Amino acid sequence: MNNIVVLPLLIPVLTGILLALFRNNVSLQRGFSFFSFFLSGVVSLLLVQQVYNEGIQILEIGGWPAPFGIVLVADMLTALLLVTTSAVSIACILYAFKSIGEQRERYYFYPLFHFLITGVNGAFLTGDLFNLFVCFEVMLFSSYVLLSLGGTRIQLRETIKYILVNTTSSTLFLVAIAYLYAVTGTLNMAHLSVRIAEVGQTGFITNVALLFLIVFSLKAALFLFFWLPGSYSAPPTAIAAIFAALLTKVGIYAIFRTYTLIFYHQPEVTHTLIAVIAALTMILGGIGAVAQRDIRHILVYNVIIGVGFVVSGLAVFTSTAVTGSIYYLIHDIVSKALLFLLGGTIIRIVGTGKLKEISGLIHNHPLLGWMFFINALALAGIPPLSGFIGKVLVIQEGLARGGSNSGFYCLAAVGLLSSLMILYSLMKIFINAFWGETYLSQDMEKGTTRGLLLPCALLTAVIIILGLGVETLYPYVEQAANSMMNPNIYIEAVLREVV
Amino acid sequence: METLMSVIIGVLFAIGVYLLLAKSLLRIILGTSIIAHGTHLLIITMGGLKSGAPALLGKKAAAFTDPLPQALILTAIVINFALTAFLLVLAYRAYLTLGTDNMEQLRSSKNE
Repeated sequence: MNNIVVLPLLIPVLTGILLALFRNNVSLQRGFSFFSFFLSGVVSLLLVQQVYNEGIQILEIGGWPAPFGIVLVADMLTALLLVTTSAVSIACILYAFKSIGEQRERYYFYPLFHFLITGVNGAFLTGDLFNLFVCFEVMLFSSYVLLSLGGTRIQLRETIKYILVNTTSSTLFLVAIAYLYAVTGTLNMAHLSVRIAEVGQTGFITNVALLFLIVFSLKAALFLFFWLPGSYSAPPTAIAAIFAALLTKVGIYAIFRTYTLIFYHQPEVTHTLIAVIAALTMILGGIGAVAQRDIRHILVYNVIIGVGFVVSGLAVFTSTAVTGSIYYLIHDIVSKALLFLLGGTIIRIVGTGKLKEISGLIHNHPLLGWMFFINALALAGIPPLSGFIGKVLVIQEGLARGGSNSGFYCLAAVGLLSSLMILYSLMKIFINAFWGETYLSQDMEKGTTRGLLLPCALLTAVIIILGLGVETLYPYVEQAANSMMNPNIYIEAVLREVV
Repeated sequence: METLMSVIIGVLFAIGVYLLLAKSLLRIILGTSIIAHGTHLLIITMGGLKSGAPALLGKKAAAFTDPLPQALILTAIVINFALTAFLLVLAYRAYLTLGTDNMEQLRSSKNE
C-alpha cells in the first residue's frame, strides 16, 4: 500500500474541478495549471525512484483487497510514462498560454485539459480492466470537447466522425470485457492472468484477445487509423500536440499491458498478427507522409508511423526488443509533441500549411528551423538523439529472431524503411519551409512566435538529454521491460495477500 | 432465458448497426444508443442470469446474485447517457453551422 500512487490521478482531477469554478480568472487558471502539472511531475519522479528501489507499488482503493476491489498499480513502465506525460503537458500548457486565445481559455480549456490528463494517468495506473475502460472514457470525453472547443466548421465536422469511431470502439471494448468476464469471472488484470494461465488460453480466449486488439488498435491508430488524419489536423496547435503525443500512446500502452500480462500464451497467433499489422501501419503511414503536401497532414501521418514502430517491438517479443520499444515509446511521446508544436508555429507565422506557399523562414527564425532539424533527426533515429537507441534495439532483435522465422527480417526491413520515409517527409518540410528565398519580411508575418519557442526549446532539450543519457536511463527501462516479460512479478505484487 | 436474451441482444445489435450505416446524423446517434443497450444486456447475460436472491447478504447467505455486472452496467449506462447528450448537442450545433446533417456532405473538402 502506497498512497503516492493515487496522486498522479488526484492532482489533475482536483485542479480541474477547482479551475472550473474560476472560469473568468484566466491568470489564476494559468498559474494553477502550470503548478499542478509541475507537482504531478515531481510526484511521478518520486514514484519512479520508489519503484526502482522497492519494486512495484500498489494501492487498494477503499482498502478492498486485490481481486475484489479496484487496485492502482505503478510498475516501472507506468511510472516512466507518468513522468513523460507530465513533461509533455507542461510544454503544451505553456504553448497554450500564448496561442490558444482568451475565448477558449474562458470556456473551460484548462479544466478540460486537466480531465484529459486525469484519464491518461488513470489508464496508465489502473490494474482493473473495467477501470481501464472508464479511464479511457474520461480521456475520450475531454478529447471530444477539446476537439470541438471553438466550434469552427472543420472542428465540428471532424469531431462528429471522431466521436462516432470512438463510441463504436468503446462499445466493442465493453463487449470484449463481458466475454472475458463470462469465461474467467474476474476483471482484475493480475487475477485474469492467473486464471488464464490455469485454464490455458483456449481458442475462445484468443478470440476475445483479438477483439481487444481491434478495440485498442482503433484507439491507438494501429492499422485502423482512417479516422486519425482528419481529426488530428482540425484543432488548434496546443490541443493537436497533446493528442498526438498522448492519446494514441494510451492505446499502445493498453496493447502492451494486455498482451504481455494476460494474453501471452499464444504468441504464434496474436503476436504474429500484431507483427503484420505493425508492418502495414508503418508502410501505409509512410506512404501517406511521403505523399502529402501540407504540413499538418505530413505530421499526422508521422504519428501513425511512430505507432507502428513502437508496436513492432512488442511483436518481436524478446526482452531486449521490449526494452527498445519502451525507449522508443518515451521518445515518441516527447518528439511528437515537439513536432506538432513546431509545425503549428510555422503555420502560425505563415498563415497556411501548404508547403508551396512557404519559403525561407530560416532567415528570420533560425532557432525554430534548427529545432525542427534536430527533431527530424531524432525521429529518424540519428545516433546522439533520443530515437536512436529504441530503433537499434528493436531492429537488432528483429534481425536476431529472423533466423528462426524469416518474417522478422521483413519487419526489421520495414522498420528501417519507415525511418527513411520519416526522414524524407520531414526534410521535405525543412527544405521547403526554411530554405529558399525569404518572401515574408518580419512585419508581414501573420503571427508572432513570442513565447512559443520556450516550450519547444524545453522539449528539444529533453530529446537531447534522453539521447545523451541513455546509459543513465537504462536500468529503469530494463526494469520496466523485465516486469513486462515476467508477468509473475506483476501478479505477486498485486495479489500477494491472496495467492 | 439466456437464449432469449441472446436473440434480443442480436436484434438490438442488428438494428443499431443498420442505423449506424444510415446517412442522417440523427439516425446514427440513435444507432449508437441502441448498440449500447445491446451491450448492457450482454454484460448482464454474461454475468449469469440468476433470480430469487438479492445481490449480497453477508458471508452466510445461501444464494446471491453476482453484483459486479450490475455495477458495470450502471457505470456504462451513465457514460452512454452523457455521450448521447453531448452528441445530440454537437449534432444540432453542427447542423446550424454546416447546414446539413447528411454524412455524405460532411466529407472533408480541400478548401477549408
